[in-house]
Parts: sequence; structure tokens; C-alpha cells
Amino acid sequence: MAINRRNFFKLAAAGSTALAVGKAHADDSGLTVDCSDNYGVLVDTAVCIGCRRCELACDQEHTKSGRPPESFDDKSVYEKHRRPNKDAFTVVNEFADPAKPDDKYTMKVQCMHCNDPACASACLVGALRKDAAGPVVYEEWRCIGCRYCMVACPFQIPTYEYDKALEPRVRKCTFCYERITEEGQMPACVAICPNEALTFGTRQRLLEVAHYRIKSHPERYVDHVYGEKEAGGTSWMYLAPAEFAHTELPRLDHSAIPTLTETIQHGIFKSFLPPLALYGLLGLIMHSTREKKDRSEESSNHD
Amino acid sequence: MTSHELPHPIRQTPFFTKGTIVLAILAGLGVAAYLYRMIAGLEASTNLNDQYPWGIWIAIDVATGVALAAGGFTTAALADIFHKERYHVIVRPALLTAMLGYTFVVIGLLADLGRYYNVWHPMLPSMWQGDSVLFEVGICVMIYLTVLYIEFLPIVVERFKGRVNLPGILGIFNDLIESFLTIADRTLGRFISLFIIAGVVLSCLHQSSLGTLMLIAPTKMHPLWYTSISPLLFLLSAIAVGFPMVMFESILASKSFKLKPETSVLASLARYVPVLLGVYCAIKVVDLAMRDAWGYVFDGSFESIMWLIEMVGGILIPMILLSSEKFRNSVRWLFVSSALVIVLGVALNRINVFLVAYTPLYPDGVYIPSIFEVMVTVGLISGLVLVYRLLVMNFPIISGEESGPDRGRRLTKTPIAQEVRQGN
Ligand code: SF4
Ligand code: SF4
Repeated sequence: MAINRRNFFKLAAAGSTALAVGKAHADDSGLTVDCSDNYGVLVDTAVCIGCRRCELACDQEHTKSGRPPESFDDKSVYEKHRRPNKDAFTVVNEFADPAKPDDKYTMKVQCMHCNDPACASACLVGALRKDAAGPVVYEEWRCIGCRYCMVACPFQIPTYEYDKALEPRVRKCTFCYERITEEGQMPACVAICPNEALTFGTRQRLLEVAHYRIKSHPERYVDHVYGEKEAGGTSWMYLAPAEFAHTELPRLDHSAIPTLTETIQHGIFKSFLPPLALYGLLGLIMHSTREKKDRSEESSNHD
Repeated sequence: MTSHELPHPIRQTPFFTKGTIVLAILAGLGVAAYLYRMIAGLEASTNLNDQYPWGIWIAIDVATGVALAAGGFTTAALADIFHKERYHVIVRPALLTAMLGYTFVVIGLLADLGRYYNVWHPMLPSMWQGDSVLFEVGICVMIYLTVLYIEFLPIVVERFKGRVNLPGILGIFNDLIESFLTIADRTLGRFISLFIIAGVVLSCLHQSSLGTLMLIAPTKMHPLWYTSISPLLFLLSAIAVGFPMVMFESILASKSFKLKPETSVLASLARYVPVLLGVYCAIKVVDLAMRDAWGYVFDGSFESIMWLIEMVGGILIPMILLSSEKFRNSVRWLFVSSALVIVLGVALNRINVFLVAYTPLYPDGVYIPSIFEVMVTVGLISGLVLVYRLLVMNFPIISGEESGPDRGRRLTKTPIAQEVRQGN
């Protein structure tokens, strides 16, 4: 009993510190961290030829689904819109501006590795975290499988191994974390891309490249680098020949997705003060009403 | 508590009746479905997918379960903190509901978690992630569940102290348990108020945080429910549903155990409900107006209809009913209006927030729960009712008198007499 109580207070005290040190949103832009020297990738959909080599490389590097390499040459998959799943961290889809239905262009999607990722903010055990190098990485041994990250992601990226009764994992693009941080290589998809539709580099450098391309070929691109500002900015960014509204990338404003929930959380838990204040207040009420009751009981006894 | 009978185990009725047999069958089916989920995994047992990661196990078993267990903390606040003594008769039933409610919430949650065996991870400081709303909900629920068990201990002590007599070989533990009960008895009295207040604070925290959960998905949520004051609305609705839940159960229990319904206590408890509902409703309406979201109410969509059912059926109608003294003094209308608040006002609200309002970005079809999901949810509810009945029949929880021919008469006047004496 006594031990229980002590544990409770220890936990509460420790909890207050843990919650108080959580990161705070410094300004209204929603950007919490400067990600300019994070790694990122620029996807130039005007250059992409839709060969699906990136899908193949990703499958060989990560998902190892066992699909034969030739199956990735099949272009008929473009007839149906596909989404990444537990066996394919990236997929290529075909789009067109409805005004110019014959000018088809192709675009790969995968995790955007957001600057301020909603998935990581949502995860209660820190199984998803934004690495300083850029990738948003998943540590499966922490995961409890609540799938709140999937609810949170504004790009609907994390997928789940629902088929496994034991050790199911959240599955998503890893940005080839080990390759780029430990082995000094490019991500597998970037390395294989035959037309250099994918450019790997620091986020700042990529933004320069992107804006330079738009400036030098205004006829080729819309003047919009998707991911520069969306959802507080992302490590993966896109150039496209037509409005992004025609693609599957969602329309998002510039504030980071977790801003509201984190503001509420940190407001309630400001150094644990509001709960403690409530505790004190209730204690006072309990005390004062008890006295009143004692007195009234006394007086009724006197009657 | 003086004028009422003291809480006592209800023994006159047999455990098994037609109703409980049906419940036992449903609970058994639930156990089977639960085991199937554990053995075969989520894909085989549920209709969840990458687009719909959360289904009824989260919306009903967890979110609604927590809301409907709110009677525990609102009653504790009323009787033990604000010292409205006449409500002491409902403290124990409400506490039992909360304790069982949260226990079954956790059982339901375990079915949903992909790695249920890691459910304890949030307790490890190395895993803490203070930005996560779910972390706070998880920690608060864990601590609160412990607090509820501690609050329940005095009832166990009262029942068994000096009477521990385990059968056969287990008898060697008799002394051990007996001394534990004695220690608990001595310490609990002194510290129980600390736990009672802690329970209220913890409840306020996680009841509201449940309302923050979906705010992390602004682009997937329907504007009728996506509001930055959602945590406040969750807290207010939990507070508002607490007493109706107590009323509902008390009436059910008195029916099924053939006790005299505590009409007078319940009727005066019901006076609070329209006020609490009114505050909740007013804030909901003002919020909608301030966000300019009224247009969505009448656009005829599925969401708008669900919202209207929630508002009219679950809030406005019971608010009007319970504002009238005539309805408050009728057991039937107390029952109907509390059921409306519970089912339409709060359960439907939680389902709306977690399922109806949620539209994934790339849906292929809508989420309809699988037969196993339904079986588990129904099974959990049935199981809860059965365990409740079992405990009420074996522990001093309900104070009602049997309305047998010779005993019923003397009861009716006493609560009112007490009310007069206390000047309430
Ligand atoms: S795209 Fe989704 S999964 Fe990837 S980092 Fe952003 S929030 Fe997380
Ligand atoms: S499913 Fe795993 S990674 Fe996702 S939020 Fe839950 S614990 Fe974190």
C-alpha cells in the first residue's frame, strides 16, 4: 500500500519533468527545428520516366517481397492508383492535368520524412523519431502497435503488418537510414534512378536546385516546390509540370501537423502545474466542506 | 449513510436468470473471438486496414468505455469532496462501475494493440514521449486504474477482515492475507482522501486528453467535430454522463435484484444533469458558430445526420425531460433520459469522433466492423455486467433494501427525512 503510494508520487514527479522538457513550438510558423542541413531528396516528376526501377531497388533493399524483377517492368499497373503498403515502401503512379490529359507524368510516393513529423509526435513510446540526419526512423522493439502514427500521418504513409499475430511492424520508407548515415551512400532508389529524377542532398541545397530549375525552365514546372512549406516542411520534396492538386499529394497548409495537439498538451502540463493546482483546489474544497459537515452534524446532535 | 441500510452483499436473487444466461453466452462468444484475434492476428479477425487503423475497439471499447466510467469520479467528487452526504449510497456502485469499466477498457485495448505484450512500455522512463497525447492518456489510465483498485480495497477489507478462510491448502495464506487486510484497514482510512482527489484529477486529465487525440489529424477529420476545444467538450460530456450512468445502473440493479429503487436520491441527482448537459451543449453550439461550421449541420450528409442525432436525441431531449420535476420523479423517465444521454449523447459522440468524422485520404471502401470485432465488443460489455453482478452479490456495495412485502414500507420516507435534517 505505502509502496504503491510512493511509486505513484515518484512517477508523477518524474512525469512532470518528462512532460516539461518536451519540445515547444517557438513561433507561429509551425517550424520547430532548422532542417536545412538535413538530408532530403528532390523528386522531379517532369524528368521521371515511370520506369519503376526505384520500386525494384526498394523491394530488394527493404521489403524483399519476392516479386520477380521483371514484374517491375509492367506499366499496366498505372491503370490503377496504388498506395505504398507493407510490401512496397514506394510506388509510382501516373497523373495528368485534366486540361491536358495526354501529357501524362509519373510520380513516386513514399514517406516524406517531415521536418516536424506527426507520426513521431503521436507515438507514445518514441518508436518513431526524426533523426538529426533527416530520416524519420522506426524502432520496432519500442512499438506497442497502437497505430496512432497511422491516424496522425497527413500523407497516410505508415502501413501495418495486420497479417502477423506476433511482432507486427509499422512499415514505411526508412530513407535508407543505414545507407545514408553509416555507409555514406545514397538511398537505393536514388542510386538506381536512370534519369536522375531523384536528387539526394541537404535540404537547403535541394531547395536551391529546385528553385533554379523552376526559374530556368518556367515552361516545364509550376512555380511550387511541394514540401518546402507543406506541413512545416518535409525532407522529400517535389517538382511537377502541373498543379499538385492533380496528383495524390494532399493539399496542406504550412503549419506543422502536431502544433495544436502539442500546444494543448504542453499547456495542460506546464511543469505539471495545472493538475497540481486542481489537486490543491479540490483538497481545499474537501477540507472546508468537511468542516461544515462536522459542524452541522454537531449542531444536529445538539438538537 | 445513517438512515439508509449499510451497503451489503445482495444475496436473495440467484446469480443465473434468463438474462444472465444470455449475457454469459455473449461473453463466451466474446472470449472465443478474443482468442481468435490473439491466435490469428488482426487481419483475420478485424476489418482494419492501412486506411482505417482504428475501429470499434478504440471507438467503443476504449473511448466510450472511459467516458461511461466517468460516474466514478463525478460521484466521488460530489459525495466525498463536496460532501453531499446523501449521495454516499451511490459512491460504491459508481466506484465499482469505474473500476470494472477501466479494467475492461484495458482488456479491450489489449485486443487492439498489435503488440499487446508491450503495453507496459509507456511505464519505462526511457520510452516516455511527452509530446504524445496518447502517452498522457495511457499513463493517466494506468495510474487511475491503480487508484480505483486502492479505493475499492476498503470494500474488500470490510467484507473479509477477520473472516479470511481460504479452502484447503490455500489456508496457509490465511494469516498473511489477514494481516495485509489489517494493515490496509489501518492505513487506508488515513490516506484514502489523497487517492480520491487524485482520482478526480487523473480523470479530468485523461477524459479531456481523449478529446485531443484526433486533433492530430486535421485533414482527415470532419469539421463538425474538429475543434481545438475538443478536449474541453470531452471532459464536459464525461462529467455530464457520469450521473446518468449511475442512475441507469442503479435502476437496472434495483429491477434485477428486486430492490426498492433509490428514486429520491436519483431524482435529486438528476437535477444536476440538465445543468451539466446545458453547459456542454451551449459550448458546443457556440464553438460551432465561432468556427462558422453551421453549414455542415444541415447539408444532409451522413455526418450531419449523425451530429444531429447526437445533439437532439442525446442532449436536448434528455435535458428537457430532466428539467421537469415530474419526469425526474418517475423511475421510467429517469431511466429513459439517462439511457438517451448514455447511448446517443456520449457513446454516439465518441463513435462519431473516432469513426464517423474520420475520413482517410485514400479510402477504398468504408470501414464496417467485422463479426469478430462486434463479438469482442459485445462480449466485453456482457462480461462487465456479469462481473458487476457477481461482485454486487458478494461485496457490500449496494445499500438498497429489498422491496419484499414486509420490508418495503418503512423505507420510503427516510431519505427525505434525512434531506430535511441536513438542510440540503
Ligand atoms: S510522411 Fe507521415 S510517416 Fe513520413 S515522416 Fe511525415 S508524418 Fe511520418
Ligand atoms: S503503432 Fe508503434 S510506432 Fe505507431 S504510434 Fe503506436 S507505438 Fe508508435
